[in-house]
Amino acid sequence: MWAILWKDILLELRTKERVSALFVLALLIILVFVFALTPEQLKQPAFGSALLWVALVFAGMLSIQRALILEQERNCFAGLLLCPIDPGQVFFAKFLSNVFFLTVVEAVVAPLTLALLGLSFSVSLLGLPLVLLLGIIGFSALGTLCAAIAVRTRAREIILPLMLLPLLVPLFIAAVHVTGALLVGEVWTGTWFRVLVAFDVIFVVTGWLTFGFVVQE
Amino acid sequence: MKKVPLGSHLVDSFLPWLTCVAMLVALAMVFLYVPNERVQGEVQRIFYFHLPSAWMAFLGFFIVAGASAAFLWQGKRSADLLAQAAAELGMVFCSLVLLTGPLWARPIWGVWWTWDPRLTMTLVLWLIYAAYVLLRVFAGDNETVARYAAVLGIVGVIDIPLLYISIRLWRGIHPKVEQMAPEMAWTLLVCTGAFVCVFTWLLRLRLRSLHLRDEIRALRQHVVAAS
Repeated sequence: MWAILWKDILLELRTKERVSALFVLALLIILVFVFALTPEQLKQPAFGSALLWVALVFAGMLSIQRALILEQERNCFAGLLLCPIDPGQVFFAKFLSNVFFLTVVEAVVAPLTLALLGLSFSVSLLGLPLVLLLGIIGFSALGTLCAAIAVRTRAREIILPLMLLPLLVPLFIAAVHVTGALLVGEVWTGTWFRVLVAFDVIFVVTGWLTFGFVVQE
Repeated sequence: MKKVPLGSHLVDSFLPWLTCVAMLVALAMVFLYVPNERVQGEVQRIFYFHLPSAWMAFLGFFIVAGASAAFLWQGKRSADLLAQAAAELGMVFCSLVLLTGPLWARPIWGVWWTWDPRLTMTLVLWLIYAAYVLLRVFAGDNETVARYAAVLGIVGVIDIPLLYISIRLWRGIHPKVEQMAPEMAWTLLVCTGAFVCVFTWLLRLRLRSLHLRDEIRALRQHVVAAS
């Protein structure tokens, strides 16, 4: 499992294409919103938190797809499955590499977004990274599972968002609320935070248990 | 002809007639028997079709989940076909809910749509159904697709409690049924019965067509191999 994870990270270190592409894409999404909204709207913390998550979800979707297309293109999945390990471990490797890449991207994009929108993030130095990480974990768990299905179909670019976005609704609502509360300095460890944690736990376990059914030949 | 599992030919010959009669009785009750609702008037009658549709949509979802789990467990083709048929029907009834809802909401609430928890929930469920049906379309038709669809079916059901909690917490004006006149309760009961009949009948028809498709495919392969 660690070998697969290390392989993904090494591949990225050599090419640096995925992280840089994701970074630019996330910035572009934010730019689109900046043009679409009025300056008064942009100043509201609610928009800032929504924007952060919209950028993360759309950039993340491409990242996750990329990770699995790479394996599928040269038929490397077959090789991975020949390894004498449990498919659940392949899932964890892919899931952790997605968490890693999205965290790297978000570590730059999140402060940048807040700075661009003129929102203060000094109030949430501890909370914001934690919430972003929890969101990334839930997103990557469900995303890895859905992408493993999507890359094996025709029209894989279309089918991934169709499957993933409706299933992500609870995560998205919870994450936006927690982030919004953080940005205005309210209590953020309430019910929404618990929904977010529950989503993570449930879908990491589901992904781990069902991945084998998806990838077996 | 290959028999559809779950029941016999007797059910198949009996069910269309039962459905027909139940539907006619249900329509008669909705339009002739049941009194007008005091506040909302005529337009409330759509409720007798709206609520049973919603129940059938949920029923479809649970059949999909059950059949998907059974398929992953035992790998039976019939479980996979049942999940497919139930998902298609569930989507039809979910669409009916989303169509009859706004027809009622416009005169009563003054808007076609509002982001109320139940409406949002139904819309998201419809989208999950749509993804499931489209996955089957895009992925072609073979053994592997059945597994993908089954995993999606199960993930979808696991998502429902989370969806329910998060959407509930998020907003709240959908009417709750508190007290019903006996005529209304009876009408609702008969309508639900009629909808169960329609659902079961359509499910069996679709299942039979899917099984026939399998059979035709097998025959064709047989012919190709022979010639």
